[in-house]
Amino acid sequence: MIRVEDLEVTFGAGRDAVRAVRGVSFAVAPGESFGLVGESGSGKSTVLRVLAGLNTRYRGVAEIGGIAAGRGDRRLPRLVQMVFQDPYGSLHPRHTVDRALSEPLEIHGIGDANARVARALEEVGLGPAFRFRYPNQLSGGQRQRVAIARALMLEPKVLLLDEPTSALDVSVQAEILNLLKRLRASHRLTILLVSHNLAVIAHMCDRLAVMNRGAIVEEMDSEALRRAAPREPYTRQLLLASRGYDRAVAAGLVTYD
Amino acid sequence: MRGWRARLLSDTPASRRDAALGRLYRGWLAFRQNRLALLGLAIVLLLVAVAAFAPWIATHDPYEQNLPQRLLPPGSAGHWLGTDEFGRDIFSRIVYGARITLLIVVLVAAIAAPIGLVVGTAAGYLGGWVDSALMRITDVFLAFPSLILALAFVAALGPGIENAIIAIALTSWPPYARLARAETLTIRGSDYIAAARMQGAGTLRILLRHVMPLCVASVIVRVTLDMAGIILTAAGLGFLGLGAQPPAAEWGAMISAGRRYVLDQWWVATFPGIAIILVSLAFNLLGDGVRDVMDPRKR
Amino acid sequence: MSALLEVEDLRVTFPTPTGPFEAVRGVSFSLGRERLGIVGESGSGKSLTGRAVIGLLPPNARLSARRLAFDGVDLLGADARMLRRLRGRRMSLVLQDPKYSLNPVLRIGEQIAEAVRLHRGGSAREARRRALGMLEAVRIRDPERAMRLYPHEVSGGMGQRIMIAMMLAPEPDLLIADEPTSALDVTVQMQVLAILDNLVAKRGMGLIFISHDLDLVASFCDRVLVMYGGRVMEECRARELASARHPYTRGLLDSLPRIDRPRELLPTLSRDPAWLDPA
Repeated sequence: MIRVEDLEVTFGAGRDAVRAVRGVSFAVAPGESFGLVGESGSGKSTVLRVLAGLNTRYRGVAEIGGIAAGRGDRRLPRLVQMVFQDPYGSLHPRHTVDRALSEPLEIHGIGDANARVARALEEVGLGPAFRFRYPNQLSGGQRQRVAIARALMLEPKVLLLDEPTSALDVSVQAEILNLLKRLRASHRLTILLVSHNLAVIAHMCDRLAVMNRGAIVEEMDSEALRRAAPREPYTRQLLLASRGYDRAVAAGLVTYD
Repeated sequence: MRGWRARLLSDTPASRRDAALGRLYRGWLAFRQNRLALLGLAIVLLLVAVAAFAPWIATHDPYEQNLPQRLLPPGSAGHWLGTDEFGRDIFSRIVYGARITLLIVVLVAAIAAPIGLVVGTAAGYLGGWVDSALMRITDVFLAFPSLILALAFVAALGPGIENAIIAIALTSWPPYARLARAETLTIRGSDYIAAARMQGAGTLRILLRHVMPLCVASVIVRVTLDMAGIILTAAGLGFLGLGAQPPAAEWGAMISAGRRYVLDQWWVATFPGIAIILVSLAFNLLGDGVRDVMDPRKR
Repeated sequence: MSALLEVEDLRVTFPTPTGPFEAVRGVSFSLGRERLGIVGESGSGKSLTGRAVIGLLPPNARLSARRLAFDGVDLLGADARMLRRLRGRRMSLVLQDPKYSLNPVLRIGEQIAEAVRLHRGGSAREARRRALGMLEAVRIRDPERAMRLYPHEVSGGMGQRIMIAMMLAPEPDLLIADEPTSALDVTVQMQVLAILDNLVAKRGMGLIFISHDLDLVASFCDRVLVMYGGRVMEECRARELASARHPYTRGLLDSLPRIDRPRELLPTLSRDPAWLDPA
């Protein structure tokens, strides 16, 4: 469903050029849930933005359902949608929930908007009472639910998730993760989840790839992560560091290039 | 009474219209806190009322000359504010002048603001050579003081109130374009624009429905604050004889005519001057209040 | 040994159009030369508690307490000069985002040196030497170079370390750190925490560590306060947080996804209004 091969993204030019993504390859089967984990600057979000069509300057292959991303193909909006990290920045401040949800239908000339919007709100656990609110009348978790509903309006097959819960409280995070799991099953979604949080990735994904400095360090299934059996030292260090503070671990940290 | 208030302030509006009205009402409640802005609004509303009902408010025909009664001081029988050098009633002329002032302000705003908005958002959103081209044009206009540029335009187009309006409009859009562009640059990179693009929204739709509604607020604020300047520029052109032509009752032209008598018959030039100051101040106060309510940075 | 900080029945109230809103409702705790964690979700009042102690509340907030004392000095009764001397010299605050706390037009070296001179006095040379020492203490690789940089030229992790260096320059007895590592990668976070850990151990500094991350607080601090709705729900030894008894703490811990404990769905927290009843 998703195919990325030898993906290269470079920001800037000349001496200041930064190779943000260096030869990344992976594939995600239909219905599978795949995670990209890494620290800031690892290039994980850049890969996601290439697939979302928001970064069109890339070399290599980035395909969804056999269609190249970011090349202006009109079929892509109904195939792939995305949920962003910051629920405060991903909803238009002057559009009501109703307008945010009906706009994609309007663009693609899909009728029956009224019923579809009502159903979508129902599906993400927001009642009709929320329909005509502005984003500033919603909490962070409610905004993220609206963003998820918006992403599903066009009934895409692939959902890209960019740190969807890192801006939320843990109790709200649990609700959103549960919602995403339920929707994944009911809509038979293929999911690509980007996060810095290993536990969230292990909870949500079947397989994952660890990225560092623009390249994939290793790829494994979540089972291997749970058995704490990563092959690469970088991944082992990440796993140790994410378990909480430990004086000995802190003293033994190494920088991997 | 209670019913509609509850409906407007409801956290669960029942339709898009209710939501929009509720938002307006909240804005009004915030605006109401600002006493000075309310005063400004009152004066502006008074100006509108005076302009609309000029024939009923004026005590005399503003153009009727009465030479035996020329240059009467304020308080003379039948002439509260006195008469000018042709014996015309100054009060009536100021009342009719409100029409011209309002016409200038409304037309300039209606021409300049949309031009600025379109140029600014297009330059900011599209970037690249479109941005460079549009912004260089804007810079050319910005390089001249607006009154000088307006003078040049009027000189080319010929004096008259219509040409004055066109000239002022042509010189006042560049700041709005700059403002809208700056705002657009911050909006362009936001996630909600990215989301709209991913849904297949075209450039035109994003500009009209996503970018412009956010820029409109700050442009409206800026236009309101600029109203005073527009009135002064119009009065300046009138004063120089390049705006409204005699015998039209335009405040700037009235001051210009009264200038010759300013030492002995001070009232001829003073009252239109007070009218200009009052209305300019009112627009400034109103603009301050509107900014406090609408400024996106305060939300 | 008397406590470094004593807080009793601390309350912070904000006026709102619908009447006063109490954001912190009667918080009491005492702090010795140890690491105290305050955890809670957004709106729990944890940050306001920290800011109330150091006196950096928003201007419209009203503060009251039965007792608020630092090293025996009553902070509520102290005059402004006394308070200014205490803050900065003996108490410091580290915030989540160093960008808001560093002056963007001054070189980092100048800022730290100024902080040193303001609180310690002494010559410019002496201040500079101390500033270098501070940067070394927070493990900045090339402190000479870092001194010459402007705040926008450093990465997030380095900025946070510089911020900590600056706040530690006056060698305070109490450091309040509000989500100091939340914006950082886990490995950088570990390094920053190690620095704080050392300072507490070596200098006997008291630390209030405010965070939303239960696991982190449990592993880093000595004691933990769990806050919800402006109240302390539970106080316990950090190592025993995993076996906490309060349903709110339990609910929070349960709702975290765990690598070694796969579950189909995560239990969600149901909030009991009785938690907010006055005890």
